[in-house]
Amino acid sequence: MFKDQIGKLSNKVKNVVERGAVKKFAEAIGDLHPIYFDEDTGRLSRYKNNIAPPTFPRIFDYGVISDLNLPSKGLIHGEQTFHYVRPLVVEEEIYCYFKVKKYFEKKGNFGEMGFMILENYGEDLGGKTIFSSTSTIVISEAVRKVITR
Amino acid sequence: MSTVAELQVGNVLKEIHLEPVSRLDLIKYAGASGDFNPIHTIDEEAKKAGLPGIIAHGMWTMGNLAQLFTEYYEEGFIQDYSIRFKGMVFLHDVITLKAILKEKQENKLRFNVQAINQEGNEVLKGEVLYHQY
Repeated sequence: MFKDQIGKLSNKVKNVVERGAVKKFAEAIGDLHPIYFDEDTGRLSRYKNNIAPPTFPRIFDYGVISDLNLPSKGLIHGEQTFHYVRPLVVEEEIYCYFKVKKYFEKKGNFGEMGFMILENYGEDLGGKTIFSSTSTIVISEAVRKVITR
Repeated sequence: MSTVAELQVGNVLKEIHLEPVSRLDLIKYAGASGDFNPIHTIDEEAKKAGLPGIIAHGMWTMGNLAQLFTEYYEEGFIQDYSIRFKGMVFLHDVITLKAILKEKQENKLRFNVQAINQEGNEVLKGEVLYHQY
């Protein structure tokens, strides 16, 4: 039922790697290393600034694909990947968008399961991709029935 | 091990034992990440979804697991990080984070990483490709 969404792209949204957000995120994942928040540690590092943890891009706004209606409940996060060209640096601006990479259905223990792979991208001002990430989302038959209703 | 450069295939990074998962951990992660799916914080919502109780965000565990590499920030960075969520993490679970170096080719180090619970069950497994400068 989501097959017609494959290949669709969202609009691009400007995001800032906010200093406070990085600290709060690092704290929430139990990784409060000074490289993420202490200004001296950042300045003296090879990055000349603080950096963000690898899973930080979860908090960015990736825009919307207007007719992609994913349910807000009942989704299962099956797999997740991140790919980096370099770590994200605090205070930099990143332009984010996402794409419906794949959708397929497969018989499983809970009936016909839907698998959607979304790919997120983050670019610098010059359009160079700094990171990408994929999320595999599993949508059970029961949940899909609710959406169609 | 003090540096990544000294690691040999088969070596492990020092494992980390997390404190038992608390509701506050998950409330904090919800706030910091913006993922307010109520199955992670509100008992009734978790029960409505057919779960015995609230479960941790998969991304909370994946976020925690990456800390095994943080101290090596001057030597390189995580170029690729891929995870499969294998099992649910419940309140009071005690999670152990592990990484073992599987392969080393020039400046690329491939680690197998996993998070296991107090029963020894794998809740999350995957790979880190570490790019050494």
